[in-house]
Amino acid sequence: MLDVEKIRGDFPILDRVIGESKLAYLDSANTSQKPRQMVAAVEDHYLHHNANVSRAMHTLGAEATEAFEQARAKVARFIGAQPNEIIFTKNSSEALNLAAYTLGSRLGPDDEVVVSVAEHHSNIVPWQMACERTGATLRWFDVTDEGYFDMDKARDEALINERTKVISVTAMSNVLGIGAPLKQIVAWAPQTAVVIADGAQLVPHQPVNVADLGVDLLTFTGHKMLGPTGIGVLWGKSEVLQSLPPFLGGGEMIEIVKMTGSTYAQPPHRFEAGTPPIAQAVGLGAAVDYLSQIGMDAIADHDHQIIAYALERLREVPGLRILGPTSGDRGSVIAFTLADIHPHDVMQVLDSHGVAVRGGHHCARPLHERLGIQASVRMSAYLYTTKSEIDALIDGLLDTLRFFGASTILGASTPGVPS
Amino acid sequence: MTDLSNLYQDIILDHYKTKHHSGLREPYQVEVTHVNPSCGDELVLRLNCSGDQIVDVSYEALGCSISQASTSILTDLVIGGSVSYFLELNEGFRVMLEGHGTIELDEDTYGDAIAFNGVAQFPARVKCAMLGWAALKDAVIREQAKGEGSD
Ligand SMILES: Cc1ncc(COP(=O)(O)O)c(C=O)c1O
Repeated sequence: MLDVEKIRGDFPILDRVIGESKLAYLDSANTSQKPRQMVAAVEDHYLHHNANVSRAMHTLGAEATEAFEQARAKVARFIGAQPNEIIFTKNSSEALNLAAYTLGSRLGPDDEVVVSVAEHHSNIVPWQMACERTGATLRWFDVTDEGYFDMDKARDEALINERTKVISVTAMSNVLGIGAPLKQIVAWAPQTAVVIADGAQLVPHQPVNVADLGVDLLTFTGHKMLGPTGIGVLWGKSEVLQSLPPFLGGGEMIEIVKMTGSTYAQPPHRFEAGTPPIAQAVGLGAAVDYLSQIGMDAIADHDHQIIAYALERLREVPGLRILGPTSGDRGSVIAFTLADIHPHDVMQVLDSHGVAVRGGHHCARPLHERLGIQASVRMSAYLYTTKSEIDALIDGLLDTLRFFGASTILGASTPGVPS
Repeated sequence: MTDLSNLYQDIILDHYKTKHHSGLREPYQVEVTHVNPSCGDELVLRLNCSGDQIVDVSYEALGCSISQASTSILTDLVIGGSVSYFLELNEGFRVMLEGHGTIELDEDTYGDAIAFNGVAQFPARVKCAMLGWAALKDAVIREQAKGEGSD
């Protein structure tokens, strides 16, 4: 059991009042809030240890380099990896672009890249670009109406076959609250294919060990796991990273530069051109320290309880349709539609109650299209979320029905809406 | 809740419920599709004009109450008027929306559109309110460009 009240004490923003209501921040899947400890680590770095890394040889330079490389080691430990397998990027979108660009260098017209219809745009568009550049074919997993990966259809279509060179799928959908069956997909993948998991919504919420996941590359983003914005991570198996060409060219990623050509540094530095996000790495290191001290198992349990409570209470709201499974083992997001009220309008009424959710397609337009809707509302939970915040959400939704539903859209008598 | 009723004035809710001039009609000279990529709102709009006269504006829209009501009110204001009058209205509407609540529309000119005065205090919704207007402006520009191209 988490001591949620104690945890909330580390997040001053959670005490904010919005209009006349207490803030209920249910948008952590978009970006998480930040604990004092993380902010203090960034402040301490800037105020007492700031210098450039690697190229600055003085004492402060050594301290900054040490802090940066220590952050890499902390992140590595957090997912059961080696430090030289951790590449710092700007966010998970950049990590996926790095993967798509470098793996793209070995694609040709006979090759196939496989994603899924449930992906975030940042795990679709870079692959579309790679396929356009190389003539490779982009294919994708469909999902069932309930949101599960449709493995029968994939088998019937021979989606994964000997032409498959890359498979890049979500470890946890930011809409459906479930992820791809990674074990099965890894088992289907031919020896020569590289399997990538988008872990942006998994790594912040559950204990992750890359060896257990079984994939070759994993991407995630610092700002969704209590860290600062401006830092993301690409983890890769050493031998896979070794085999990849550089992504961006510049300082730090080289071995020897001559005007006639250059040789490149070993991973991870090969993929980190220019001055890296130093303070952000330090902040991310402090964030994973914070998460590890509380314990990822305890955080996963807490999220699970909050989501189970939310699923139960959302059943009380007339006209509410949940995307993805309505029970069982789910991640920390619940996306839904409310009667025929546009998600923007739902979001707006909730905001007037201090309840912060996201309304829109959550950068997953193809998935919404597949589910036959244009957009949805999404609530998401994290280690600081309380049941009373879920209660505030439910009150806000009932009020939304009164405001739009009962008075304008559904006619005067929306069944079950107490007035 | 005072804030909320500033945004969702009854006029807006009424237009949302009963959209004026909605549906795609023939004939038309230009068809444009505009989206609000952050939320997925989509609007297909057709312009039928004769010289400087806007004969008809028809549309099919998926979107929130603000964007739908705004497009509905827009059609009331501009159908039967001149293109240059629309461009003038559009400029005033845009400047008001970007004015963070410092500018109010004049009721004699803007009719039901004055209900959008409150939207200016919700910067996240300005794009929703502008969707139909931006689409019509785009259609007008394309139609004018055609004229120039064939000269
Ligand atoms: C599943 C998933 N993948 C990728 C991303 C992209 O993360 P970022 O915006 O930090 O690059 C997000 C977050 O928006 C996400 O939820």
